[in-house]
Amino acid sequence: MADVRDALIIGKRSDGKLVQRPLSPHLQIYKPQISTATSIFHRITGCALAVGLLLMVWWLVAAATGPRAFASAQGFVGSPIGLILMFGWTLALWYHFCNGIRHLFWDAGFGFDVKTSHRNAFAVLVATVVLTVLSWVVGLAVWL
Amino acid sequence: MAPKDKLSITVRQSELGRVKGLGAARSGVHHWWMERVTSVALIPLTLWFVFSVLGMAGHPQPDIAHWVSHPLVAVLLVALIVTSFHHTQLGLQVVIDDYIHGEGTRLIVLLVMKAAVVLLGLAALLAVVKLAI
Repeated sequence: MADVRDALIIGKRSDGKLVQRPLSPHLQIYKPQISTATSIFHRITGCALAVGLLLMVWWLVAAATGPRAFASAQGFVGSPIGLILMFGWTLALWYHFCNGIRHLFWDAGFGFDVKTSHRNAFAVLVATVVLTVLSWVVGLAVWL
Repeated sequence: MAPKDKLSITVRQSELGRVKGLGAARSGVHHWWMERVTSVALIPLTLWFVFSVLGMAGHPQPDIAHWVSHPLVAVLLVALIVTSFHHTQLGLQVVIDDYIHGEGTRLIVLLVMKAAVVLLGLAALLAVVKLAI
């Protein structure tokens, strides 16, 4: 026991033996890295997408209600605020989508070493931009 | 950190409790596994939904109603709604578990969140059913 803080990281193995567990990084002193950034952005975009589901529910319920209700939902999406929200929503969606696939690869045991995980973090960012731009090109081409 | 060191904690747990491997959460890997299952299902469903809707950007309500009235579209929409709302509820639960301290508050926030997600999901499902039938 080098320090009293060590007491905080005592964990218990399944056989009851006490072991030292790694402590979560203290955010104030821990150097921000692409690994930590992609991790917290996965959570932030997930929460944003949960809010975005409200829009999907509104869109579906308005379509089921009738042409007038649908036109007002559509009017909101096409308004400046609606378009900004839609841009944020598509960006969050494709980020969460791509980084989620990265998580699934990790769960299957691939790409988890430091060098590869930094590389696939970069790939996630590139894919996010590509999918977001593609979505807007398709959407605007149909809309305008 | 071996038990023989000066600082140690005594853990009282039955052999059965150890074998079951369940702690205070009273459940195992089900939550984690369902998060993965729903995320795999959401990969094709999301691609299909987003690009289908983008392909109808600016179209009036009758076009949307006609699209949903196709049985395959209605079934896929129901699958998307069930999967995405289930996934959302699982993800938000982890965020609440991590950041809301105090067992009472955590339980209340959790129940309110689950109720909201379920009600919104049911509203979306009802809309699809109404358009499809």
